Amino acid sequence: MIKIEDVLVVGGLLFAIGLYVALSRRNAVGILMGVELMLNSVNLNLIGFAKLTEAPRPIDGQVFAIFVITVAAAEAAVALALAVSVYRYRQSIDVDKLDLLKW
Amino acid sequence: MAPLLNWYDFDPFHDLYHWLDKHVESWVVYLVAAVIGSAGILTFVGLGALVNVWLERRLIGRIQVRRGPNRVGPFGLVQPVADAIKLIQKEVLQPDAADSRLFNLPPIIVFIPAMLTFAVFAWAPDLVLANLDAGVLYLLAISSITALAIFIAGWSSNNKYALLGAMRVIAMMISYEVPMVMCFLAPVLLAGTMSVAGLVQWQQHHFLLAAFVPMSVLIYGLSATAELNRTPADIAEAESEIVAGYHTEYSGMKFGLFYAVELINSLAVSGIMASLFFGGWWLFGVEKVIPAWIIFILKIYFFYFGLIWLRGTLPRFRIDQLMGLAWKMLLPLALINVAVIATEVLIWQEADLGGWVLAPYAVVNIALTAALVVVFFRIVTARFYRLPTRVILVRDIQVPALPAPASSALRPPTPLPQ
Amino acid sequence: MTGIDDTAVVIAFWVMAVVTIGSALMVATVHDLIHAVLFLILSFVGIAGLYITLSADFVAMVQILIYAGAISVLMLFSILLTPRSARDNAGVSYSAPIASVAILVAVVLIYAGLSTDWAYASNGFTSTAREIGNALLDPYALPFEVASVLLVVAMVGAIVLVRPTHEAGGTPLGEGEQF
Repeated sequence: MIKIEDVLVVGGLLFAIGLYVALSRRNAVGILMGVELMLNSVNLNLIGFAKLTEAPRPIDGQVFAIFVITVAAAEAAVALALAVSVYRYRQSIDVDKLDLLKW
Repeated sequence: MAPLLNWYDFDPFHDLYHWLDKHVESWVVYLVAAVIGSAGILTFVGLGALVNVWLERRLIGRIQVRRGPNRVGPFGLVQPVADAIKLIQKEVLQPDAADSRLFNLPPIIVFIPAMLTFAVFAWAPDLVLANLDAGVLYLLAISSITALAIFIAGWSSNNKYALLGAMRVIAMMISYEVPMVMCFLAPVLLAGTMSVAGLVQWQQHHFLLAAFVPMSVLIYGLSATAELNRTPADIAEAESEIVAGYHTEYSGMKFGLFYAVELINSLAVSGIMASLFFGGWWLFGVEKVIPAWIIFILKIYFFYFGLIWLRGTLPRFRIDQLMGLAWKMLLPLALINVAVIATEVLIWQEADLGGWVLAPYAVVNIALTAALVVVFFRIVTARFYRLPTRVILVRDIQVPALPAPASSALRPPTPLPQ
Repeated sequence: MTGIDDTAVVIAFWVMAVVTIGSALMVATVHDLIHAVLFLILSFVGIAGLYITLSADFVAMVQILIYAGAISVLMLFSILLTPRSARDNAGVSYSAPIASVAILVAVVLIYAGLSTDWAYASNGFTSTAREIGNALLDPYALPFEVASVLLVVAMVGAIVLVRPTHEAGGTPLGEGEQF
């Protein structure tokens, strides 16, 4: 028997792993990987709610998930374009070295 | 058991499942049906790969005014077995610096989408392994995994040529995915369903979808040829250009798997073309005489013959020509196609016209397709028909320009002064 | 009906969950960045499997088409366009505090999820593609249009960001025309 709590546990674990990856990487693409994991865990929660809880219109969860996928795709494109562009100017993609705005 | 009314009502699996259903639980029946269906598809795919090797080599030989292989058996029929034995007994080399875990994965990963495509086909009126509600989207999603396998193959070879070839191929494949996705929207709009079996049923009640969406047929034909990496779009395996592209370092049966997957993918693409646009198992009532799955297989091989014909006849495109074709010609054509079909469907639904309106739609669509293809071709290739200007190599040197040509049409060269 | 009680679906759900969380952990711990991206792709496919067990077949296929098919290729390409020396997946030196923060977040989320009194149900969908299509056009037409504008903006922005600049060379052939 799958209840909503099982989906929430899986989603929570994925979110925590994504948070760890996003916060502890030096490489910009690595940080993006963590962000994508977090967005996927959110999507999983949304789809779980759509299926396993009461709602006036249960399809809303899946529609919301499609919008999240869309926004994640747009954000990944821009973030990777930024990473490539930063490499072109600073010859490095290590986010520890991108500290020009530090006082 | 109901008495057989016609001989084509004989369905042994149907009776088997009903008999099983009385004795065991429903999930066992489901499992048995899945296993039998998968075994059938695997049989077809395996035999198809063997037949395709022979068919392709013989037919390309005939197109190139030579005989194909005819030594190994009668008419060379045992040639695929000889090819397989040759590939199996070859030494499987693996570069020392290649990523060994990743190196063995691509032949397996590239096989999976090829096999999974056959699951949604409707082989007969009720002979579908997985009648998915979003079958068309499933086909598109599966075919986008092939690009990943090719990248892993090129990357793990630790070979600059392989990586370069892989990146070129992936750029081409993801460029051609966009018009492919758009060109599937048109038949889905007309039929109102995304399941492949549903599309075949719609064609059974109305006419072939190829008459209503000819632009989609053209776009899909070109995009699928590029997705398959077949000539004229086979920059992946262009032996004269890039050694062997992403499968340079693969030898023996691993390369054999890549080769077999290309043939199986060709069958899958032909199957999609036959199901979605040309009626699947339905052929104007002939399926009452010949079993429907035989008609479907014949249609698949008819389109595969078309693919072989293209391969034997056309030269290879350059990479920039291919990308230009995808982005400048196929994508605008696909978008215009979706707009036109959506308008027609809207008029059809809103004005509540009957089914008779599909005939003028077919005529209009065919005429529009021909006109648009000609117009776009002229636009995209216009600059190649002008006379070439002088190339300025060093910026500081002033080179006198040639006189402007009188007309932009091709004309015979002026004779040299004696 | 308070949940999914079909045995096969339950087994499939837990298998997919183990695959997904396992590959997410491997993303966090492997040394090579390309291996990490490949494990990320595996976790995307695992999540698509989870969607299918939760009756979201359309979203599952959209997930494979976009995440495993397009975003992953984008990440791999951008890794290839960046230096080889930056391709290690090692974390920063203070990974232990970050790990404890992550574990704390996980504990809080799981506790909040387990202790809430949810309104259980098991909704069935007749045809998710049709219902999503209807929902995108009737209640959610405005977010649909805004999402398309967002995609155009992102596309134009990404192209502008990676265009070759004039000091990088421009056209090497001056005013001549290539043929």
